Amino acid sequence: MHATDALHEADRLMTVCNSCRYCEGLCAVFPAMEMRRAFSDGDLNYLANLCHSCGACYVDCQFSPPHEFNVNVPQTLARVRNDSYKFYVWPKALAPLFERNGMAVSLITALSVGAFLFGMMAFTDPAVMFGTHVGPGSFYRLMPHNTMVAIFGAAFLYAIVALIMGFRMFWRDIGETSATLTNKVTVWQAIKDTMQLRYLDGGGAGCFNEDERPTDRRRMYHHLTFYGFLLCFASTSTATFYHYIVGHPAPYAWYDLPVVLGTLGGIGLLIGPAGLIWAKVQRDKALKDESRWGMEIAFTAMLFLVSLTGLLLLVLRATPAMGTMLALHLGFVFGFFVTLPYGKFVHGIYRFGALVRYAKERRALHEPTPSKARALAIPDPKPGT
Amino acid sequence: MKDAVILPRDSALPKSANLSPDGTGRTDALREVLSRRYDVLVVGGGNAALCAAISARRSGASVLILEAAPKFYRGGNTRHTRNMRCAHDTATEILTGPYTEEEFWEDLLRVTGGQTDEELARFMIRESKEILHWIVEQGVRWQPSLGGTLSLGRTNSFFLGGGRSMLNALYLTAERLGIEILYDAEVTELDIQDGMFLSATVSYAGREVDVRASTLVAAAGGFEANIEWLKQYWGDVADNFLIRGTPYNRGSMLKMLLNKGVQEIGDPTQCHAVAIDARAPKFDGGIITRLDCVVFGIVVNKHAERFYDEGEDVWPKRYAIWGRLVAAQPDQIAYIIFDEPSLELFMPSLYPPVKADTVRELAGKLGLDPEALERTVEGFNQAVRPGIFDHTILDDCRTEGLIPPKSHWARPIRTAPFYAYPVRPGITFTYLGTRVNKEARMIMADGTPSANMFAAGEIMAGNVLGKGYAAGIGMTIGSVFGRVAGREAARNARN
Repeated sequence: MHATDALHEADRLMTVCNSCRYCEGLCAVFPAMEMRRAFSDGDLNYLANLCHSCGACYVDCQFSPPHEFNVNVPQTLARVRNDSYKFYVWPKALAPLFERNGMAVSLITALSVGAFLFGMMAFTDPAVMFGTHVGPGSFYRLMPHNTMVAIFGAAFLYAIVALIMGFRMFWRDIGETSATLTNKVTVWQAIKDTMQLRYLDGGGAGCFNEDERPTDRRRMYHHLTFYGFLLCFASTSTATFYHYIVGHPAPYAWYDLPVVLGTLGGIGLLIGPAGLIWAKVQRDKALKDESRWGMEIAFTAMLFLVSLTGLLLLVLRATPAMGTMLALHLGFVFGFFVTLPYGKFVHGIYRFGALVRYAKERRALHEPTPSKARALAIPDPKPGT
Repeated sequence: MKDAVILPRDSALPKSANLSPDGTGRTDALREVLSRRYDVLVVGGGNAALCAAISARRSGASVLILEAAPKFYRGGNTRHTRNMRCAHDTATEILTGPYTEEEFWEDLLRVTGGQTDEELARFMIRESKEILHWIVEQGVRWQPSLGGTLSLGRTNSFFLGGGRSMLNALYLTAERLGIEILYDAEVTELDIQDGMFLSATVSYAGREVDVRASTLVAAAGGFEANIEWLKQYWGDVADNFLIRGTPYNRGSMLKMLLNKGVQEIGDPTQCHAVAIDARAPKFDGGIITRLDCVVFGIVVNKHAERFYDEGEDVWPKRYAIWGRLVAAQPDQIAYIIFDEPSLELFMPSLYPPVKADTVRELAGKLGLDPEALERTVEGFNQAVRPGIFDHTILDDCRTEGLIPPKSHWARPIRTAPFYAYPVRPGITFTYLGTRVNKEARMIMADGTPSANMFAAGEIMAGNVLGKGYAAGIGMTIGSVFGRVAGREAARNARN
């Protein structure tokens, strides 16, 4: 009936949870569940991607292990979620990249770092590669600007196309239409929910990671990572603007906008991912999908390494190590982009989609139509419809 | 009275509040327990026990909690609760309107049929107003009523995340305040002389230890999980009961106290019983095995015969009578039979209904006599009078000339597929308890108040709730009398 064991288990749990509902106030997953009575694969993939893994429902559940009902929603939804990434991937043939994701990402990145090092050394004079460069355009003496743009433009575009195709698969699978994505109110609600990580707070009591104490800091680490990433993106965009519009090529002074944004973002991308990985290591086994350890770590580690090499490049850019650092950084950035659609990054895309759908469903539920008002007035109404 | 917030006054208080039930912490914990004399010993680990412990600690007492269950199952029936009924004069963020003391009192009077101690009950209701805020100060969070329980939105405050979440919050607060907690620690003997508690014998980590304390708060629940005890009143019928809470509600504290001369209250033969899915586990099936579809069909016994008016009353009044009705049937089993149009009119539950294309086939799957079930269904269908079906009111769909009748929501059962849920009595709690006064102080058989023994929660619920039930009132009894018991025990220990 369901495509995988994990989906089968998720279906069982949603039936248990739907007859209890105590967790209704904790997050978006349970209210979304209550709108349904039967759960298709698409429904379960939607719920799994809506789950932020705060762990509150596990700690609060009277039926979690060792109870014989064995209700473990965070772990089961993590398994379903991780399976769903593979299921929606584009092109389909690359689905195995999710299987041993840590290995795949490391390998691709190592290859790309190697290629940049080799390429630069092959095409530039050793005196240039290991020389000291300062002033405008010094990076481009190692690699022409247009080559850099062509390589990264292509990698970036590829990632975007693959992510969009994956999202289309997800959107169709959960039974959504493009009309939902054009509703401004709905999408804006989902953007706010994403930016605040609204559902990563256990309903206000906090999140759980190691034990039954709400001491979890993942929300803060995720904010550092997410906004760090956005700042780095803003840094790159500003630099592009400087280059093409203002005619002011990199590198920039430490006080210039691209460097300030990139440095702040880069610091966020050091602390955030490190914190997230540390929290993941500490996390109670019962809450984790341990079979996907590589994937859980690879993307976060890449963020950290991209940032680390970027900051090192900043520090060492006026020394003979600049050439090597540039190749290293570009190698990590390239590896990062091409593996983006094949790792943990996609969680953000699908979760945002799930939040858009949830925003739509919530509005529909709270619209005061006469039949709704009546349904609310009676005890034990038929949930949803 | 305002509780004083205090810091642990004794730096020697061990930090081992969160002991692993099987770890090496046990021996150390044992040594700690042996070496101290506590101001207040709390026996039990649910809402009442924790409220008592926290309230005593905040009043300056040193406190030890002994919970017989392992850590996961701590808290007895509190694990399965979801809300509390408190009086309030105005609507709040989570409550849709006022619920006055008078209205609360009238509700209590109605559900108990007058079997309540008015003075204690009115005291509890008055105190419940403050509990609404006090419990939040202890870390508990409220939320508006859950989906499917909107009828309680005005009267009952729901725990965010349910009863276990509420318990977790109370335990964290207790640990933070330096209250000692031992799990898997069952009290097996009480030394009580002339109504005065001296010490308790505890079975812990394979040893029997004596624990001394200045005062005792008994908050260890009822005896619903003690089948042998239930059999004293019900006979072998009790073997077919399912217990909705943990197997640890064995009533051993209650029994010891009554044996040591504490006055009993409440009908010992009575328990709160609802009809739950017969496929539920023997213990701890909780809320998800309940069924509320009696009104949508007919209920037959193992001879495929109806035995009671399924359309007598609305939820929740009907909810609590069906456990008893099924208990009176042969083999304590019954079957709710309905058809396709009713399938989605009620809350889903854990197990799917038994399904068949014909009534005959359904009977076969249930192990009932096919002819008998067909006859019963056909007889019922013939007797149904036309009406306008509305399950939200006492509608005019009823039977005529049928015994027993179905007075509302009667619709013919003839649209395939046909469905059935097997049901058995599910026991929630028992009414027998220890008599207390407004200080939550136990009263001895001769009518004198105990020198230093207090009780709170289900173990004394019978004082207020002689019979019947109103949603969330068990938690009100637990929190109000728990808080009072802790405060009074601390005061008692100081003197």
